[in-house]
Amino acid sequence: METTRAGTTVAPASRALEVIGGDLTERSLRRYLEGIPGVDAVGLEARAAALGTRSIKTTSKAWALDTIIRLTDLTTLEGADTPGKVKSLVAKALVPDPDDMSTPRVAAVCVYGDMVPHAVEALGSAHDDGATGRINVAAVATAFPSGRASRSVKLSDTSDAVAAGADEIDMVIDRGAFLSGRYGQVFDEIVAVKEACKRPDGTYAHLKVILETGELNTYDNVRRASWLGILAGGDFIKTSTGKVTPAATLPVTLSMLEVVRDWHRLTGEKIGVKPAGGIRASKDAIKYLVTVAETVGEEWLQPDLFRFGASSLLNDVLLQRQKLTSGRYSGPAYVTID
Amino acid sequence: MSRLAVPKTYKLYVGGKFIRSESGRVYEVATTKGSFSVSSVNAAKASRKDARDAVVAARAAVSGWSGTTGYNRGQVLYRIAEILDGRRAQFAEEIAAFEGVSASAAQAQVDEAIDLWVWYAGWADKYVQVAGNGNAVSGPFFNLSVPEPTGVVAVIAPQSAGVPGSLLGFVRAVAPVLVSGNTVVVIPSEKAPLAALSLGEVFATSDVPAGVVNVLSGSPAEIAPWLAAHADVNALDLLGAGELEWVDLQIAAADTLKRVLPPEPGPDAGAPSLERITFFTETKTVWHTKGLL
Repeated sequence: METTRAGTTVAPASRALEVIGGDLTERSLRRYLEGIPGVDAVGLEARAAALGTRSIKTTSKAWALDTIIRLTDLTTLEGADTPGKVKSLVAKALVPDPDDMSTPRVAAVCVYGDMVPHAVEALGSAHDDGATGRINVAAVATAFPSGRASRSVKLSDTSDAVAAGADEIDMVIDRGAFLSGRYGQVFDEIVAVKEACKRPDGTYAHLKVILETGELNTYDNVRRASWLGILAGGDFIKTSTGKVTPAATLPVTLSMLEVVRDWHRLTGEKIGVKPAGGIRASKDAIKYLVTVAETVGEEWLQPDLFRFGASSLLNDVLLQRQKLTSGRYSGPAYVTID
Repeated sequence: MSRLAVPKTYKLYVGGKFIRSESGRVYEVATTKGSFSVSSVNAAKASRKDARDAVVAARAAVSGWSGTTGYNRGQVLYRIAEILDGRRAQFAEEIAAFEGVSASAAQAQVDEAIDLWVWYAGWADKYVQVAGNGNAVSGPFFNLSVPEPTGVVAVIAPQSAGVPGSLLGFVRAVAPVLVSGNTVVVIPSEKAPLAALSLGEVFATSDVPAGVVNVLSGSPAEIAPWLAAHADVNALDLLGAGELEWVDLQIAAADTLKRVLPPEPGPDAGAPSLERITFFTETKTVWHTKGLL
């Protein structure tokens, strides 16, 4: 692949123009990203570990569990997905616990692009604008999970999903290009996908930029990729596809939240964060809530600004909820098998 | 120069691992005679969360353990007897020191426990033939009823020191439950838990899959209510719960339709029987069409 020359101009995304300046080139972008101070890895991990030791009990725990459900993108991303599987996923999203109708609904269901029409159909009126307990449809796009496809394939993947009714697009960045230092290429691609998220009425589907932190190797790279994703116009930055180990970890999420906090201080704009993959226990999810509240503030604990990408997490949260309600331990036989 | 004693900390056995209680608590188990190397030892004191974790471990082990053939389970249970036989001196010493019985009585108890493992091991590939049967039905069908393991069983082992003794009482409670392929969360004798905790080391080295037996030393009065009410426990053996409010435990267990065996008093508590095996099974009945030729 030909190397992008340093003087090449990159797409004029408005955020980048504002922060980096008028002459937006590969060189100025690189200089900006590489000028970001490095991450103190030991300090970051110690901070994340300290945040994970908070003891959340009784009413706080009940609030946290309900909040986790409200912030969840209930996900099925398997090669074996069928319309029937998506339908049952949607049924669970609408009524997570049939024995307890006070259980809140999840924020969104997250599926592959071709399953979007089935998800929209199954949601019915719960997908209408302004519906109470509205559930969004999120679609993974841009040759998820590897992102190895040509630009045109990625863009039509995106616009197809948006046309089918997806409210949110989870795109993967080109990690190969990022790790080779071709930041401009990654940047241009995010800008182009953002344009592909445009609906005929001029509004945009929400764009979540998946960094796949498990492949970025260092916290410095995670921080740089977070800035890149935000500068290029991402509404959310998301840790992982869930297909690579390690997926979301607390230190990685913390470092992304710090970027979001810095961006908010710099511009007043609020960017969302979505840890995804590997969060299976309520206890772990509560650690994330604490980290969000302590890093960017409690106002981030709402579906527009924070999400969990998870499939098995919901069941564990429901078991914990049942324990709080009934006073006795529940078991996996009392939640659905997904 | 005299050698310093190395006092052992007896830990819980959960999911194939020897763990401290998540609560960090221990309690003192005192010897009744001066013959042991130290006058008292510490045993981990399990909390309700340890019980919760033990049930998760036991549930995870059900499919593997119940999926083995009866013949294989018999071999594994026989292996427990073999390993226990090799460590009889340690067990006899612990029993003598912590139960206050004579060395010969302790030795006799260990021997009986070993023999009991062998006896129950023999049942593993035979109880189905005895408890199951072909049913006569009025139609062209083979109709077969077979016992299947019920799942996770919570056991309160005999608590009183003396007869049948902490080791033998424990084996009488646990062995029959394992025969059919159930997994066990067991609370051993509170006053004399050492034999049971040492038996955990035998389980760990005798091909018993992790999570099949989980031993929680501590207060039965504290832990048992959580196990009795736990929705993921399928049956409850109250063999050693005579001094607890065991009717309350039974009521709590009824909420989730558990099978419950009531306490038994005296030296014959949990005496070896086929009924102790079949009680923790569910009957599966299969209808299969017959050829009409």
